[in-house]
Amino acid sequence: MHPTDVSNPDYYHKVVDCQWACPAHTNVPEYIRLIAQGRYTDSYMLNRESNVFPGILGRTCDRPCEPACRRGRLEDEGPVAICRLKRVAADLRGDVTDSLPKIPEKKNGKRVALIGAGPASLTVANDLMPHGYECVLYEKHAKLGGLMRTNIPSFRLPESVLDEEIAMIIDMGVEVHLNSPVESLKELLDHGGFDAIFVGTGAPRGKNLELPGRYDSDKIHIGIDWLESVAFQHVDSIEERVLVIGAGNTAMDCCRTSKRLGGTDVKVMARKSRDLFKASDWELEDAEAEEIEILENHSPVDFVVEDGVLKGMNFDIVEWREGEDGRLASTTLETIFIPCDAVILAIGQENAFPWIERDIGIEFNRWDMPIVDRKTHQSTRPEVFFGGDSAWGPENIIWAVEHGHQAAVSVHNQCQGIALDQRPPFGMNLISSKMGLHEWSYSNDFNPENRTPMRYADLEKRLKEMNVEAELGYDLEETAREVERCLNCDIQTHFTAVLCIECDACIDVCPLNCLTITDGGEEDDLRGRLTAPAENTDQDIYVSEDLPQTKRVMVKDEDLCVHCGLCAERCPTAAFDMRRFELYIPYAGQPWPTTISTAPTTSL
Amino acid sequence: MSYITKPEVRHPALEENALGLTRRDYEGAMSTLCAGCGHDSVTAAIVQAFFELEIPPHRAAKMSGIGCSSKTPAYFMNESHGFNGVHGRMPAIATGANAANRDLVYLGISGDGDSLSIGLGQLCHAIRRNVNMLYVLENNGVYGLTKGQFSASADVGSVSKRGEVNRHGPINPVPLALTLGATFVARSFSGDKKQLVPILKAGLTHKGFAMVDVISPCVTFNDHEGSTKSYAHTRTHNFEVVQTDFVPLMTEITAEQDRGDTTAVTMHDGSTVMFRRVAEDYDPTDREAALSYLRASQAKGEVATGLLYLEESGADMHACENTVDRPLVDVPFGDLCPGSAALEELQKEWR
Repeated sequence: MHPTDVSNPDYYHKVVDCQWACPAHTNVPEYIRLIAQGRYTDSYMLNRESNVFPGILGRTCDRPCEPACRRGRLEDEGPVAICRLKRVAADLRGDVTDSLPKIPEKKNGKRVALIGAGPASLTVANDLMPHGYECVLYEKHAKLGGLMRTNIPSFRLPESVLDEEIAMIIDMGVEVHLNSPVESLKELLDHGGFDAIFVGTGAPRGKNLELPGRYDSDKIHIGIDWLESVAFQHVDSIEERVLVIGAGNTAMDCCRTSKRLGGTDVKVMARKSRDLFKASDWELEDAEAEEIEILENHSPVDFVVEDGVLKGMNFDIVEWREGEDGRLASTTLETIFIPCDAVILAIGQENAFPWIERDIGIEFNRWDMPIVDRKTHQSTRPEVFFGGDSAWGPENIIWAVEHGHQAAVSVHNQCQGIALDQRPPFGMNLISSKMGLHEWSYSNDFNPENRTPMRYADLEKRLKEMNVEAELGYDLEETAREVERCLNCDIQTHFTAVLCIECDACIDVCPLNCLTITDGGEEDDLRGRLTAPAENTDQDIYVSEDLPQTKRVMVKDEDLCVHCGLCAERCPTAAFDMRRFELYIPYAGQPWPTTISTAPTTSL
Repeated sequence: MSYITKPEVRHPALEENALGLTRRDYEGAMSTLCAGCGHDSVTAAIVQAFFELEIPPHRAAKMSGIGCSSKTPAYFMNESHGFNGVHGRMPAIATGANAANRDLVYLGISGDGDSLSIGLGQLCHAIRRNVNMLYVLENNGVYGLTKGQFSASADVGSVSKRGEVNRHGPINPVPLALTLGATFVARSFSGDKKQLVPILKAGLTHKGFAMVDVISPCVTFNDHEGSTKSYAHTRTHNFEVVQTDFVPLMTEITAEQDRGDTTAVTMHDGSTVMFRRVAEDYDPTDREAALSYLRASQAKGEVATGLLYLEESGADMHACENTVDRPLVDVPFGDLCPGSAALEELQKEWR
């Protein structure tokens, strides 16, 4: 195995599991440290740099960071509550007006249209406005926010939080057209006078369930349409017995909303077994805590409607087995009838582009989806870009934000005549966190506490009204406990081979047996003969240059390192040093400063 | 030293021994020695040896005197017995403890100051009595605790951190032990656990006095150029005379361990020590030959390492003294102290 090249930002970035897993690469450990210091505003602004909507995401994010958290691999006590801590920063922050980017009075003469006011379009505006672009936003509804407003119920995301974070972007001077669906992209292209157009219209069409009886009652709703009607207060009640079909996060929002609008007996009906549900575990748990029954392996057969009145639905109870082709196939065990007064279909969403003409140079594939470059977000018509759910189908808010960042880079390049593939690279910095003989600029002691549970508003109170936020958030004591659980994975065990005298002190003290000095070899072979075998191949092993005295190598298995810094503390020559890794993420028109160089790897 | 203690969190796949204990269960308090001290590595090797031999910590006694080395029993096996005696007097205390309770596993930890200066006479007599114990002499050639003066094991010509050259000849514990009739004599290096751990295991299994001289560099006062006890010097001058493998009882000897050029010595408990000669004609069971080889090797400036001499048939202190075969704590009080009538009877014999 060749010596590991730690000057490549990817290596240390990957060690920070949460940051690597986050589509927008939010600097999680640093923002948690800022919260620990009570610097909520700074923490909020650090979040905002990468994820733009910390208050919204602190409540609603799909949290790809949490399953990735190193803490989750150590013991059975759960990852750090990264998302909840983000909300703490947003809730306790001060005024950030002065910290927001300054918008130049003099514009750069480039006009960009943004279609659909969801997280993707808003991120594009957020990235381009500070560079003097004129951004024009078209929204079909009367309010901004896209699915963040229409599909996420207010008991999960208070309207005030949504309004405030959207306003931060709109107040940069975005020209907003509400109630203005774009009916023809051709017309916008021909007569709009735009240098670039970004399509962020989401996946607005809820999938239908074409089963007998589907159109015989008006009590059968499409989930996202129904949530939208609730959001705009066109609907304020539902019948007592409700069946929600589907087991994704939208189904969870539908069932919990039903509970608040009059549903007393609400059931979620899933075709598959629980381990295959699309909904996040915590959303399932939240629903069950609100006395919603979740039934698995129930495949819908038909709607039973008598004299125009919905009586219930028939379901096949099925068993799933993996067939010879590796695909799951079901066998029906029996068919049962479940009575109900209303049904909500939450079985997925699709894209729909009836307003994009097919003869204007934007090619569509055989699934009637636009052909969009994965990296640049550019369609086959150079000045038209897609992002968010409208690009490749439904994902989540944090992915939409990342799409927005990347599309903004492309729009900027396009408008400035720079090739789209010339994207500014990631950069990094490494700063020693040594403060004194045994002092580090981070809290390096391991906190064995379990994950802090969330407190919820009283069940009766929260089910009475749509606007009572279900989760109460952490108080200061809970916050103080949870921040200490973070392992500070960005404080890297940076090794300088020439300084090592091979005294073994680091190896002896390491609580997780991460380190080994041994003869070099190929990766597979090396992984097997470490102090503790490195069996998790998702995690890298670090291999140093040859050590000066014996020509062996230092090997570190990154998998379970708790970044306690004891290797560096017990190192007599500072060959190991704890260095804070900072990832420089390039944004549109704003590559990271080129004057910063990476730390030398061969000297102090 | 470190401000935080070693976190208790463990590798989920940490190996357990037959007692259901992991290596971590044999650890102790955080070391307060200098970062990079050789003694900490010796501590780790001791932890490994006790873990692998599956010795219950509460059946071991850690004995020590004064010095950096003698602090280290605090850093392993929290649940063992221990006695930290006055400077250089550990061998006498260990002898007494062993006399009283022969069933415990005795481990003496000492340094070149504790053993070769103030406690030299004590060490000699423990060897002479063949006390059943493992005696680890952590040898760094300086008095580290008093700022790095030369110790009695410093080599002629070795340069101190301040630049002074040592003129006095060293007391070398290996030939010393051989001369005094020790039945187990080894030398190793703190930076080579592959060699050290099997030697410690063999020493713990040996019935009698097992002397292990461990070159254990003082990273603060004796790890510079010109030192003959530094990491670099020990590595460049190390010559492994014999390779040692320890094969516990009931374990099959593998082909890797027995390649034809090996000699096997059966220990009193049935386990085996396998020797593979590296130096030609070296016989680790011939005291005279070993002594003359090591003298020549020392003259060449080599650091000869390995299990250098082993004699498993020697009688230990209890055999020589024909003592009671149980720990005194297990002897009924009436037998231990038969009372004044019995004393009267005994004294009659000499009247």
